[in-house]
Amino acid sequence: MAKKLMKGSEAIGEAAVRAGCRLFFGYPITPQNEIPEYMSRRLPEVGGTFVQAESEVAASNMLYGAAGTGERVLTSSSSPGISLMMEGISYIAASELPVVIVNIMRGGPGLGGILPSQGDYFQATKGGGHGDYRCLVLAPWSVQEAADLVQDAFDLADFYRNPVLVLGDGLIGQMMEPVEFREDRKPCKPLPDQKPWAARGWKGDRPRAVINSLFLDPETLERHNQKLKAKYDQMTRDEVRYASYGMDQPYDVLLVAYGTVARVCRTAMDDLAAQGVRAALLRPITLFPFPYDAVREAAERARAVLCVELSCGQMLEDVQLAVQGRRPVHFYGRQGGMLASPEAVAEQVKALVAAAPTRARSTRAKNGEAR
Amino acid sequence: MMQTVFARPRSLIEVPTHYCPGCTHGIIHRLIAEVLDELGVRERAAGVAPVGCAVLAYNYFNCDMYEASHGRAPAVATGAKRAHPELIVFTYQGDGDLASIGMGEIIHCANRGEKVTIVFVNNAIYGMTGGQMAPTTLPGQVATTCPFGRDVQQAGYPVRMVELLSGLRTPAFLARVSAHTPARVIEAKAVLRRAFQYQVDGTCFSMVEFLSTCPTNWGRTPIEACNWLEQHMIPYYPLGVFKTPEGPDRAPGPLEPFGEPLEARKPRGWSPSRAERPASAEPES
Repeated sequence: MAKKLMKGSEAIGEAAVRAGCRLFFGYPITPQNEIPEYMSRRLPEVGGTFVQAESEVAASNMLYGAAGTGERVLTSSSSPGISLMMEGISYIAASELPVVIVNIMRGGPGLGGILPSQGDYFQATKGGGHGDYRCLVLAPWSVQEAADLVQDAFDLADFYRNPVLVLGDGLIGQMMEPVEFREDRKPCKPLPDQKPWAARGWKGDRPRAVINSLFLDPETLERHNQKLKAKYDQMTRDEVRYASYGMDQPYDVLLVAYGTVARVCRTAMDDLAAQGVRAALLRPITLFPFPYDAVREAAERARAVLCVELSCGQMLEDVQLAVQGRRPVHFYGRQGGMLASPEAVAEQVKALVAAAPTRARSTRAKNGEAR
Repeated sequence: MMQTVFARPRSLIEVPTHYCPGCTHGIIHRLIAEVLDELGVRERAAGVAPVGCAVLAYNYFNCDMYEASHGRAPAVATGAKRAHPELIVFTYQGDGDLASIGMGEIIHCANRGEKVTIVFVNNAIYGMTGGQMAPTTLPGQVATTCPFGRDVQQAGYPVRMVELLSGLRTPAFLARVSAHTPARVIEAKAVLRRAFQYQVDGTCFSMVEFLSTCPTNWGRTPIEACNWLEQHMIPYYPLGVFKTPEGPDRAPGPLEPFGEPLEARKPRGWSPSRAERPASAEPES
């Protein structure tokens, strides 16, 4: 298929349809309304079903019900709505159901604003709802990558029987870019032929399906927790994705950023190169599992690390964990829907180069330098 | 030849339940199982258990089952039914689950006309958590969170769910039955069967509210509890079929209408069969 100019939200919806998703449950919230609007038109064309739920709480529980039958299901929302979905997402993770959730993040906390933000990183990557669970989290930086990752998200969800969160921001949802949907796309994971666990009516040909997260016996629940943990360990081992830029030559500052902010950093890198300042960029694509090893190895080649986010510093904590104090980790963030400009990022990098010790091996970690 | 005249329904698993002695949950479970058997839909049934006393119902019904989060069973049922419309989807919910925390889900499930069957068990108290006030606790009824009796000045009057849903326009089957005497149980089964039949036929949303007893948390023997239900619950929660898909819209008119009376707004000579009048009739003014 030729490239087509598409809005991010519509590309996300179309990607889901092409991945075989035929069910969407959601509730309107800005800035992602184009996703449910697209699905309400598109799904009936392919024999699918769109349901506008009465709330995000209900939507996430409809997702639970539909995913329990083994079908590919999608919801999308934005930050305050995702908070409301956390009930259902916790049950979905506990019951090991494959679902895909798109969060087009907006500024918070509370009602916040409607402009782009990355303030939901903690919520997305550290569990989000109650209990001991993780979502696999994918963070696109372009409309094309959003379309690709949404399709991968369905494969990953089916493979792990786990919720997969696609974490974008208002820019990903709203901007228009050329997108290509490849007809010869292959699943990114080997997919099960059947879903014997699904509740599709029981004729005695398999164990009775019970979609459940209640384990009153503590030993049973602990075994269940450990089974889930083994899955998250497998994700950590097998699913880490990241991209790096400018690492084919020496650099003084390592930028770490995800999503659209990473594009800003990429532009800043080019501007800096023209001024003779050497910077490289590591862009996590999976936020859980986080590319700890890659960040550490890249950081060790730099004199300092600069984490850039549209938040007050959330991924920063994972970057610090990755770097393990071997290099100073600095932070530059904007909040509230304000964006980081390439010029501002470049200024931060230049200030670090001016202040940092000249030889990389002379830097010892000082906690006080972390922010 | 010996003939089996009475047996456990195929739709019920042969395990002891955790319900208290004298509780009517067991009867209601059995009625559902008998109806699933009789309609021949057990192999395509999917039940949704609630949070509350029936939280473990997925261990008792011999078909595919879900355990929902508190109050969300109608949303879970919506998801399952929309994904696989051939499934016969039912929820089993108590009064705290359906009429309190799940009020939004049940109203919108009913209003969308989801073709699922809701079994609502109203025993006027929170059983599982130990006897707290429910949205259906009667005025003056003692519960652990209204130790001096439900004060309607503080808590309002108990919610009548069947009546509340009857105000919705979307066609639906709504009925209230009771499980406290054999005669009522027989009546209840016929109503329950009708509710499931509407789903099998793809006709409409259906909900059957069961008045039920909670001897443990009411502090009464099973027989006293049945008598208390008869004397106190039925007068407030009348039994019967409230809405059918064939019946008229029950939306009530305003008690004190605003604006001029409807009669005064009608043009002179107006009649309901206006379309049948000749075109030469006087124009509307």
